[in-house]
Amino acid sequence: MTAQEIYDVIKAQCGDAVLEAKLENVLDPSIKIQPEKIHEVAAFAKNDERLQFDYLSCLSGVDYKGKLGVVYHLYSMTFKHKIVLKVEVPTETPNVQSVESIWKTADWHEREAFDLFGINFIGHPDLRRILLPDDWEGHPLRKDYQTPEFYNGMKVPY
Amino acid sequence: MGLLDQKFENANVVVTTMDKLLNWARLSSLWQMQFGLACCAIEMMAASASNFDMMRFGVIPRATPRQCDVMIVSGTVTLKMASRIKRLYDQMSEPRYVISMGSCSNCGGPYWEHGYHVLKGVDRVIPVDVYVPGCPPRPEALIEGLIKLQEKIRNESMAKKKAV
Repeated sequence: MTAQEIYDVIKAQCGDAVLEAKLENVLDPSIKIQPEKIHEVAAFAKNDERLQFDYLSCLSGVDYKGKLGVVYHLYSMTFKHKIVLKVEVPTETPNVQSVESIWKTADWHEREAFDLFGINFIGHPDLRRILLPDDWEGHPLRKDYQTPEFYNGMKVPY
Repeated sequence: MGLLDQKFENANVVVTTMDKLLNWARLSSLWQMQFGLACCAIEMMAASASNFDMMRFGVIPRATPRQCDVMIVSGTVTLKMASRIKRLYDQMSEPRYVISMGSCSNCGGPYWEHGYHVLKGVDRVIPVDVYVPGCPPRPEALIEGLIKLQEKIRNESMAKKKAV
């Protein structure tokens, strides 16, 4: 299926969840979804007979300055087609529905996005830091992150 | 020839000082703490393997710090790892030596400015005897660093006080 056809199928099923789409003249065609509807759309994209997005190839966090985003790269092993889903949430209340129950690989991906961006994945079974130490303060990949002077008595800046 | 001349039947006697004997023994069997941190560890493994064969200098990797003489810090020391390295170093018995291998371990390397998670030089947590530059250093460079460490040990003396 082309990106336009995928968009039409998703739009027909969950029309009110779809905010906008960039399908032409881009490397990866993307569809922006309402953050409180992402679980519903993701479940549909995986289970629908025509789409069968059985593989979440990447889940990324993004800082858009003032807004945080999550980007889902979906791929179908059956049909060899792909699509990108995006959500955006305000930095103050970064709540996104977890897709861990749909693709198990999202477990660690969401923990990483939580670790480095502080995105709160609602419904994740074990949301804690995965890379940084448990006593780390702050989320380092945010644009407004300030590197601390000391960590556990060790000087951090050069 | 001196007082000991012709006193021993087979004449297989070596005369030396205690300093020289101990130093010779120490520098000829530098057992290495067996751990690697990043891409430098690949070069360290190559230095241990048959082409470069660090074992000809008496360097044997040991899996416990209690049997080790030298710690080769091979790679990027993250802040998370730094406390572990400190603990491993503390568990090594004296005399103990540290070779800092590669730019990351020397000074933070490419992470010196934006690496929020990287310790800017392992000498901020443990004392370093030899710094090996390179990113990563080739096995020859590591062996050069090892020979520098051997030179350092060769000139040590029990009579001289060591800075702690």
